[in-house]
Amino acid sequence: MLKRNIGKIALGFAAAFTASAALATVAQARDLTVVSWGGAYQDAQKKVYFEPFKKAAGVPMNDESWDGGVGVLRAKVQGGAATWDVVQVESDELAVGCEEGLFEKMDYSKIGGEAAYIPPSVNPCGVGAILYDFVLGYDKDKLKQAPGGWADFFDTKKIPGKRGLRQGPKTTLEIALMADGVAPKDVYKVLATDEGIDRAFKKLDTIKGDIVWWKAGAQPPQLLASGEVAMTSVYNGRIDTANKNEKKNFGMVWDGALFTLDSWVILKGSPNKDAAYKFLDFVGKAENQSKLSENIAYGTSNKDAAARLQPAVLKDLPTAPDNIKNAVEINVGFWLENIDRLTERFNKWAAK
Amino acid sequence: MTATPAIGADAQTEVPLKRRLRRAERARQVKALALVLPLLLFLLFTFAGPIAGMLWRSVDDREVRQILPQTAAALADWDGKDLPDEKAFAALASDILAARASGTMAIAAKRLNYALNGFRTILTSTARNLKAVPERGTAKETLGKINPAWRERATWTTIKDASGPLTSFYLLAALDLTRNMDGAIVAAPPDQAIYRNVFTRTFVISLSVTALCLILGFPVAYLLATLPPGRSNLLMIFVLLPFWTSLLVRTCAWIVLLQSKGVVNDSLHWLGIIDEPLRLIYNRFGVCVAMTHVLLPFMILPLYSSMKAISPAYMRAAASLGAPPVTAFLRIYLPQTLPGIGAGSLLVFILALGYYITPALVGGAADQMISYFIALYTTETANWGLASALGAVLLLATLLLALLYGKLVQGQQVTGGMKN
Repeated sequence: MLKRNIGKIALGFAAAFTASAALATVAQARDLTVVSWGGAYQDAQKKVYFEPFKKAAGVPMNDESWDGGVGVLRAKVQGGAATWDVVQVESDELAVGCEEGLFEKMDYSKIGGEAAYIPPSVNPCGVGAILYDFVLGYDKDKLKQAPGGWADFFDTKKIPGKRGLRQGPKTTLEIALMADGVAPKDVYKVLATDEGIDRAFKKLDTIKGDIVWWKAGAQPPQLLASGEVAMTSVYNGRIDTANKNEKKNFGMVWDGALFTLDSWVILKGSPNKDAAYKFLDFVGKAENQSKLSENIAYGTSNKDAAARLQPAVLKDLPTAPDNIKNAVEINVGFWLENIDRLTERFNKWAAK
Repeated sequence: MTATPAIGADAQTEVPLKRRLRRAERARQVKALALVLPLLLFLLFTFAGPIAGMLWRSVDDREVRQILPQTAAALADWDGKDLPDEKAFAALASDILAARASGTMAIAAKRLNYALNGFRTILTSTARNLKAVPERGTAKETLGKINPAWRERATWTTIKDASGPLTSFYLLAALDLTRNMDGAIVAAPPDQAIYRNVFTRTFVISLSVTALCLILGFPVAYLLATLPPGRSNLLMIFVLLPFWTSLLVRTCAWIVLLQSKGVVNDSLHWLGIIDEPLRLIYNRFGVCVAMTHVLLPFMILPLYSSMKAISPAYMRAAASLGAPPVTAFLRIYLPQTLPGIGAGSLLVFILALGYYITPALVGGAADQMISYFIALYTTETANWGLASALGAVLLLATLLLALLYGKLVQGQQVTGGMKN
């Protein structure tokens, strides 16, 4: 009797699974589909990119959102008949996907030429979309003294309370080394040695019991708002949005921030390549990109976009000269080589 | 079957009868098969197929031999002692040049990097610095100059080990094992040996949650089964309401309740029971609480249905025969609820094993269950071999437990108490 029940349950699961698979059937000759990160960011993109592009170019398009992961793209492309055309990806997805041949080679002649973009955003497989930071975030209403940087982040005597960090070794080890006195520009040099990795974990040991690990970008602002943590690593755009939309009084420390780029890619074998290039050309233009920065605090990839911004807007962007001068770019090459090993080591350390 | 032939029937008519019988039997079987065929095919494609595909991925290892074909062939008859001969070096040099031209080098580099950290750099730097096919007889020297790693035996045993077409690498890694240079299976280096611990953690959390669900669910189910219908229906709604609420909503509600400035801590503080907030979330306690709450209906419903079938007359009879309440409960009532307990526990346990979102949101770094790692390797790092191997180990362990459970309940009466 029981065995039959289990069979029934399995059947139910299987049925639900197929129904969803059947719903996701591929429409032939579909419209251009652009995929981004959702949330406040995609709302801003809709306003300044998607809707104006539909009007200006007369190209029908729809947008979806995803949570990232190169495995998702691999499954889409290798499964054939991918339903997406243009996707916004993180730097490691760009690198791995490029190596695996998941993306079309980017033809810069169709999107204004390589010279129009800042150098870190030019890649054979994609073109930069935004530049953003992991910063130290805190609540000005709750902390009597503003933290000075990552060293204070690790000083629970000076500023009591828990700390939020992103679960996993990436960004965590860099932050630990900077807190231990490594200059931002030397972080990856030190991290490339076994001693450097030991040093980072040793530093993490000092506040191990006080760390709350977050997994999704939406969590750190909530952790700050609820008073669960006194400080946290957080995407700069999230702090800005919380301050603007929820009337929070969060502060950021730009010193020793970790910055990275997201890029637009065209999935291999996209049937809408022409429309995709039209779209990328449109979102690559300085006048359109500057509107994005006015809506959400991310830097953009066109060289001339920043010049069009009001100083008041520019000062809160990762690309502002003062904010980027002591920031480190997250090193994709290092993480591609070491992510598996250090993920294992991180989890070993966490379970101790 | 050999029916006694009818009187007056000779052997000649008996054969056709047998044949006719057989034919009828066959026709019935074909009909029955035709009726379940759609279901079978459906299951095959949606359930068995993907699982087989997953199991296959955990042993499939053809990337390196496709991208470095000559090297794989040259290493096939290398004994693994000392360094391979000049032929293998020359083969590797021409493979690297070909792979660089076709842009496939990174895929091989990625696979080799799993086995030997740093291999990505070895291959990419070699591909960058190798200008042309080395002169005859100088390949060994040239490669060794470009990157001293080519003078190491370990570099070559890694390639040989990854030359497929099948590999035990991922399955061994999922069990914290690895092969050393001589091909013997040894324990993985301590920094990388985490999966046994994670599997244990997964089973421990699932078992604790199952036990908690049983302890909390049993009295509720009993109440539901014994109350008059009107009131029991109202209670049933209370059981089902959370069941219909999104898992994510319920998990986030627990965050609001349990966080350090949450409802529970504030109430305790206000009552003067604690000075400092207790740590109730982002740890094992929070995971168990939230998972128990989410999975409770799966325990209550099977228990309720088995208790519904128990006639109250039995307990009255036991009492009239002089059994004290506890004895009557233990010897008369409890055995009849065993099928419900079994079904509920198995259901909750197996669902708990695969839990991902709840531990991710309310657990700490040391409370992540195996599904977290499977998801990490599937989507983020795209190490599908390891993800599949972890999945395969989980599947195997779960099947073993289900079999064990089957053995345990086989001797019991699983017929709702009544002997049919």
